Amino acid sequence: MYSNEVGYNSKIEGEVIVTRADAVVNWIRKHSVWPMPMGLACCAIELMASAASRYDISRFGMEVMRFSPRQSDCMIVAGTVTYKMAEVVRRIYDQMGDPKWVVAMGACASTGGMYRSYAVMQGVDNVVPVDVYVSGCPPRPEALLDAMMKLQDKIGNEPAVKNLSKEPVTSVAS
Amino acid sequence: MIDEDFVSLLLKGREYLSVLHQEDCLTLQSDPAHIIDLCTHLRDEQTFDLLADLTAIDQGEDASTRFILVVHLYSLIHKSYLRIHVNCLDNLNPEVPSLSGVFPAANWHERETFDMFGISFTEHPNLKRILMWDEYPYYPLRKEFPLAGIEVPLPAADVSEVTGANVDPAPMMGGPFVSSSNGRLSEAEPRGKDESWTEDTEKLL
Repeated sequence: MYSNEVGYNSKIEGEVIVTRADAVVNWIRKHSVWPMPMGLACCAIELMASAASRYDISRFGMEVMRFSPRQSDCMIVAGTVTYKMAEVVRRIYDQMGDPKWVVAMGACASTGGMYRSYAVMQGVDNVVPVDVYVSGCPPRPEALLDAMMKLQDKIGNEPAVKNLSKEPVTSVAS
Repeated sequence: MIDEDFVSLLLKGREYLSVLHQEDCLTLQSDPAHIIDLCTHLRDEQTFDLLADLTAIDQGEDASTRFILVVHLYSLIHKSYLRIHVNCLDNLNPEVPSLSGVFPAANWHERETFDMFGISFTEHPNLKRILMWDEYPYYPLRKEFPLAGIEVPLPAADVSEVTGANVDPAPMMGGPFVSSSNGRLSEAEPRGKDESWTEDTEKLL
């Protein structure tokens, strides 16, 4: 079905599995996304709902929410990013180990949302590279789950091995 | 009871005090020099021992008294609010004695008022900004400050250097869209407002 899916048919291949290194690495990565809940406003409540039993984000292999950036690889920015907080978001992003991804959850994190104001950063993509934007104010848990599955698809198509030799992203002192 | 006797007793011997109006609650006007004495008296003798709110009003740059401090006190005995207006004497460097010695709750309220209006509270134990960052050069709730903001550097220079991010005026895109209180609903609602202009295209005439 997918060219990079790891498949094993013992009748054809015997005891040998042949695949691509990218496919293996991405397969491992995308099924063990550890999100870092950067809960800044009401979106964080929906984020909690996504993790609770009714919506249950663990069905998709990303339930291990870690409140330490050192243990996470996907930052979910859930809420309004003020200019005062933007610095903190960037520093926490830099403290996460590579490879790492960012989901901008909701209108505020994506564009500033309804806060056209002197105090609110107009989109968290001004300070961190965002992989998936989620619309909604706040988005329903289904929307977040869909975004996380889109992120899994994105991770699945990354040139993971080539990226290993890439220069790391410039980081600020953290 | 907050009645005429209460008011006349309170005003007696306090020439600096006057009654502004008494519609929703008794509103007094005081001067900055006596505000501590007045609040101490109201707290200890008149049971107004709960500071409900402390904020300010900016009357605009042309007003003779530009900044008015507004203090709301509540009495659990009278079950009534009391409002005190304090005119700041200097329009350029407004200054009022801090009430944080009388009501500890005033501490953060005064920091917020300082942050938003730039009113200095003398004798305040820790007068620094509470919402905006310390180096922020403006007072956002003053009348001349635009809602969209003014361009300044991001608080963290190293983050700004790596990301190129800046504190920029927010795009208003024809806004802000707020409902007006009169007229037909189709015109009063935000969606009925003129949305023909943005920061990039001029307003259609």
